[in-house]
Amino acid sequence: MNDILSEIWATARNNKLRTILTGFAVAWGIFMLITLLGAGNGLINGITQQTEGRFNNTMVVYGGTTSQPYNGLKEGRYIRLKNSDIAITGSEFSGIVDEVGAMLYTSNLTISNGQHYLTTWIAGVGPNHNKINKVEMLVGRFINKIDIDEHRKVLILSNKQAQELNPDGDYKSLLGKWVKVNAFAFRVVGIFKDDENGRADAFSAYSTIQTIFGRGDDAGRIEFTFHGLPDEESNEAFENIYRARINANHQAAPEDRSAIWLWNRFTDNLQMQSGMDIIRTFLWIVGLFTLLSGIVGVGNIMLITVKERTREFGIRKAIGARPWSILKMIIIESVIITTFFGYIGMVLGVVATEVMDRQFGHSEYDMGWGSESIFVNPTVDIAICIEATIVLVVAGTIAGLIPSIKAARIRPINALNSN
Amino acid sequence: MIHLENINKTYYGAQPLHVLKGISLDINEGEFVSIMGASGSGKSTLLNILGILDNYDSGLYTLAGVPIKDLSESKAAVYRNKMIGFIFQSFNLIGFKTAVENVELPLYYQGVGKRKRHNLAMEYLDRLGLKDWWHHYPNELSGGQRQRVAIARALITQPQIILADEPTGALDSKTSVEVMQLLKSLNADEHITIVVVTHESGVANETNKIIHIKDGIIGNIEENLDHNSSPFGINGMMK
Repeated sequence: MNDILSEIWATARNNKLRTILTGFAVAWGIFMLITLLGAGNGLINGITQQTEGRFNNTMVVYGGTTSQPYNGLKEGRYIRLKNSDIAITGSEFSGIVDEVGAMLYTSNLTISNGQHYLTTWIAGVGPNHNKINKVEMLVGRFINKIDIDEHRKVLILSNKQAQELNPDGDYKSLLGKWVKVNAFAFRVVGIFKDDENGRADAFSAYSTIQTIFGRGDDAGRIEFTFHGLPDEESNEAFENIYRARINANHQAAPEDRSAIWLWNRFTDNLQMQSGMDIIRTFLWIVGLFTLLSGIVGVGNIMLITVKERTREFGIRKAIGARPWSILKMIIIESVIITTFFGYIGMVLGVVATEVMDRQFGHSEYDMGWGSESIFVNPTVDIAICIEATIVLVVAGTIAGLIPSIKAARIRPINALNSN
Repeated sequence: MIHLENINKTYYGAQPLHVLKGISLDINEGEFVSIMGASGSGKSTLLNILGILDNYDSGLYTLAGVPIKDLSESKAAVYRNKMIGFIFQSFNLIGFKTAVENVELPLYYQGVGKRKRHNLAMEYLDRLGLKDWWHHYPNELSGGQRQRVAIARALITQPQIILADEPTGALDSKTSVEVMQLLKSLNADEHITIVVVTHESGVANETNKIIHIKDGIIGNIEENLDHNSSPFGINGMMK
């Protein structure tokens, strides 16, 4: 073995260009594969992270406009969800719906604490809103059922808002204090973390908002969590029944899809999952083709190598080299060179993904509606890196095998007379 | 040592070429023979068959009692390695190996250990006066030196027979004489059977027996022990 290694070292050293070209083909193939998969993973992880902390089985119902005449009423009627819709959702669908809430926005209001004030919208919500859109509480509590039942004037601010209203002290000291919302005194019962992801509104109980700001029967949008709908079909079936029932409550055609809008996060996620699967498959296909070009590169160089060395093989055979020892020499040489450079490519690829991670993995981008990290942990599992390298080494060797076998079989006199 | 009986060889190209037309020949142990003929006479083909570098179509060839017919490449390689030493016109040294590595190579294929084959190769290089050039690459050596490296490589396995294909073809007249002297002394002192193929009558004249070959048929066989073969006399120019 030692002899073979020194043989290979001698040939590699004396055929630098050829060795480097082979090595480059291999290293490049692996490097590109890892970088590509890393970038893809970063993108997918970024998307996944955005949806993290959200409950999957949630639905939001918005009022819409009817698209067809029904029951003597014209199309184009604006549908506004009302309290009876909340009641229907909670009582008639209790087998599937867990907890019903609503979300009702005010217009711009002024919140003031002494001479400090700010203007914002207040979202009147139910206790379950926290499950539908994650609100990370820093101090205090979120809206509870008693707030709803008793129409309590409670207020939940973001840490930024709290800071703005109490610029001289700790934002937490605002907890439990009374602040003015327009002319009404509201008690701050909780402060949540501004996630810098979109608008940060203040929250209150929706029943309070409804009554104080004279919204009457307006329910805004209905939000609920549900269970027992495992797949797309059952979700669709439920949506149809639910739509028909709410439509009926507004005298709209049962199948009218625009009278109310349903946003189902479960089916939404299913679609996103399949989208990500497509991205993943696509990345793998591109990656494998990159790898293939590496393999073709190795095979090509092996072909040239063998052709170039035919005369040398002839000499070796004339002085007693068996075909097998020629073949062995070529194969071991190919394996060692591809492994060595494959390893280099792998290391460079891993370094590249780590650099990507450092550079872009944690930075956030202004997306217009807020800032988000779209690129999270763009790295590749080390096992995949090693597997890809092994695939390349094996495939490269097989690609080089065909000309090698030919070279090993050639009659020495023909080999000696070549070139 | 060498026994040929009615050897035929045809090259099947665009037009079949019957190169050897029934060669029968015996070369005994310790002989120093040249095969002489014009280019295209079939002399090189004959030598390649003798060296198991090429096969033949029909006939019988035994080398040191071993029938050489339809051998597998592996078996042929072993016979070449153990029994035959080659000297080529173009030396056929491996360019990226030093003189001593080239000489070592046949022993490498015999599985001889690194140190042992190195020592042996150095010994042979020393005998051929190349001790100081052992670490030089072929392109750093003169033609005569290269051919001597090739001869050392041919000798290192202590073959029963040395086959030389135009050994002086790429050398000037002075080194040609040196190389022929070397072969001569190898034959005289160590009784190695040597077969030289040449088209130069001066070279052939140095051998003890001249076999003339023409158009694939053996012509006359001259005993040449006094090295006075016409048209060259005793003091004739070799080249």
